[in-house]
Amino acid sequence: MPESVSLAAARVFSIWYRNALVWRKSALRSLLGTFSDPLLYLLAFGYGLGRFVGEVGELTYVVFLCSGIIASSAMNAATFEGLYMAYTRMETNKTWESILSTSVGLPEIVFGEILWMGTKSVISVIAILGVALLLGLVQSWMAVLVIPVGFLCGICFGAMAMVVTSYSRSYEFFLYYVTLLITPMILLSGVFFPLSSLPDGVRLASAALPLQHVVIVVRALMTGSVELVDSVHLLVPLLFLLIAGFIALTQFRKRLQN
Amino acid sequence: MKSSQNVSVSKVGEIPEPAPQIQDDRPGPQTDRPVAIVRALQKSYAGKPVVDRVSFDIRKGEFCGLLGPNGAGKTTILRMLVGNSMPDSGSLEVLGYPVPREARRMRARVGIVPQSDNLDPDLSVIENLFVYGRYFGIAGNVLEMRVHELLTFASLTDWAGSRINQLSGGMMRRLSIARALINKPELLILDEPTTGLDPQARHTIWQQLRRMQREGMTLILTTHYMEEAERLCDRIILIDNGALLADRSPEQLISEEIEAHVLEVHGSGVSEWCGTVELPIGVRCEKVGETVFFYGENLHWIVDRLDGESRLRYSYRPANLEDVFLKLTGRDLRDA
Ligand SMILES: Nc1ncnc2c1ncn2[C@@H]1O[C@H](COP(=O)(O)OP(=O)(O)OP(=O)(O)O)[C@@H](O)[C@H]1O
Ligand SMILES: [Mg+2]
Repeated sequence: MPESVSLAAARVFSIWYRNALVWRKSALRSLLGTFSDPLLYLLAFGYGLGRFVGEVGELTYVVFLCSGIIASSAMNAATFEGLYMAYTRMETNKTWESILSTSVGLPEIVFGEILWMGTKSVISVIAILGVALLLGLVQSWMAVLVIPVGFLCGICFGAMAMVVTSYSRSYEFFLYYVTLLITPMILLSGVFFPLSSLPDGVRLASAALPLQHVVIVVRALMTGSVELVDSVHLLVPLLFLLIAGFIALTQFRKRLQN
Repeated sequence: MKSSQNVSVSKVGEIPEPAPQIQDDRPGPQTDRPVAIVRALQKSYAGKPVVDRVSFDIRKGEFCGLLGPNGAGKTTILRMLVGNSMPDSGSLEVLGYPVPREARRMRARVGIVPQSDNLDPDLSVIENLFVYGRYFGIAGNVLEMRVHELLTFASLTDWAGSRINQLSGGMMRRLSIARALINKPELLILDEPTTGLDPQARHTIWQQLRRMQREGMTLILTTHYMEEAERLCDRIILIDNGALLADRSPEQLISEEIEAHVLEVHGSGVSEWCGTVELPIGVRCEKVGETVFFYGENLHWIVDRLDGESRLRYSYRPANLEDVFLKLTGRDLRDA
């Protein structure tokens, strides 16, 4: 039924379009927000700290760090959108409730929102990639593939954030998720220092979470050292996406259509 | 209680025919089938029944009022009707679609005005209409035309670019109604559309709703203004504590459920004075705080007696829907 598929796609897109329309109104401010933090980290740590660190493997520290910053800011952009922004749309503004009075169904809302979260990640990836290019930190044309990888990272963490949102009763609740999961993940996924300096137990725990795998693939693409087997790493965020998307949908259904 | 005439069309508990193969926004072929068929609808929250075996049909072109005190279950019934709340048991069919199973397709042909405004505050007035139209898959010139029609309809043309939080309560309500019409619905569901509005805004909305009915739309309305229900509705479905109390036209309810006239008396010393009135059979008297209500076919003789009492004020009038409502649902506060 190709026509019903295209109609469903149009409904999913209408959710994405709504968010994009709102985003466009304050694009400059939003860009500055998503983009200034990671950039400061890159410059201050990459060049400042980098002088003391020297090289990591065969990479200068700033090149090493750049891949990590790209991956973690993709994660952050989607996480913020999936927590605070989605919660505002769902609970504070009752925007989803109004959408549920139309031809759009709840799965399409959730799908469209997650796609938008992936888009937010892509925007942030492109911005940082642009700066990295200017700074001469991009070592391979393969780096363009970082954009779709950033998208995957975004929809994965967007879906995970939506699970938290679906259970949340207030904005305060998000702090637990960020403090207990997101921040440790940034510190222990090879963003700032290589995984080899982690104790075995911690490294294994970190390997069970998606960010580490995204960092590995992004770094391989940025430095041109990527091999086909690296794509196996992408299965981890993919798996998280599917499981989280399913849980979020189930929980939103209980919450909004009870 | 009289049940509606169309019961034979679909029996209690029977699973309705699957919806015909209809495109999302094309009208269905059957026209004589009731627009909504509700059978033994039941719903509890935390073990407490909120909707209790409610059944009714709504026929095409009807203007139907769903009335009941706060917490009676009106909003819950409407949410189940459009597939956004899951019934515990019972069956629902709207515009030929079984609900909640085919609710999404059904909603393509229904307009919904929610009890509390949920306009999109991130968007301007005109963008609210545009984006909402896209949720229905309407686009291009058709959408452009409808958006401008509806801006005019809601008298918001000058406010097209304004943010939602710059609008008054009445403007928001008008925009909510306009938004619900973007898909040219066959059935319009309004949950307290005029609550909190001034008389001007209310009269405007009444006129618009009447016009829509004349143009063939079916309407379901909830309201706490009995005067509004009496003026607009062909039919009143009265519920209390989740159960159906009455289902008749406002005229029938008034003529069948209550005495023809009401006399309200209040003022200091009303209780003592009341003791001096001897009530014949067929006249009812009710004390509510400092007011006494008499109900009867003819109460002129009490009015005559009142003329000597300068401290008492009174009004003598035909009984109305509010009197029926209070008689059938009682005078106790609901959420106290
Ligand atoms: N999601 C929910 N969870 C728990 N209880 C609920 C929920 N929704 C409604 N209720 C309860 O169900 C009852 C009926 O609520 P409903 O909103 O349907 O009443 P209503 O007739 O629309 O009232 P009002 O005139 O005040 O709008 C109330 O007691 C309410 O507290
Ligand atoms: Mg209500």
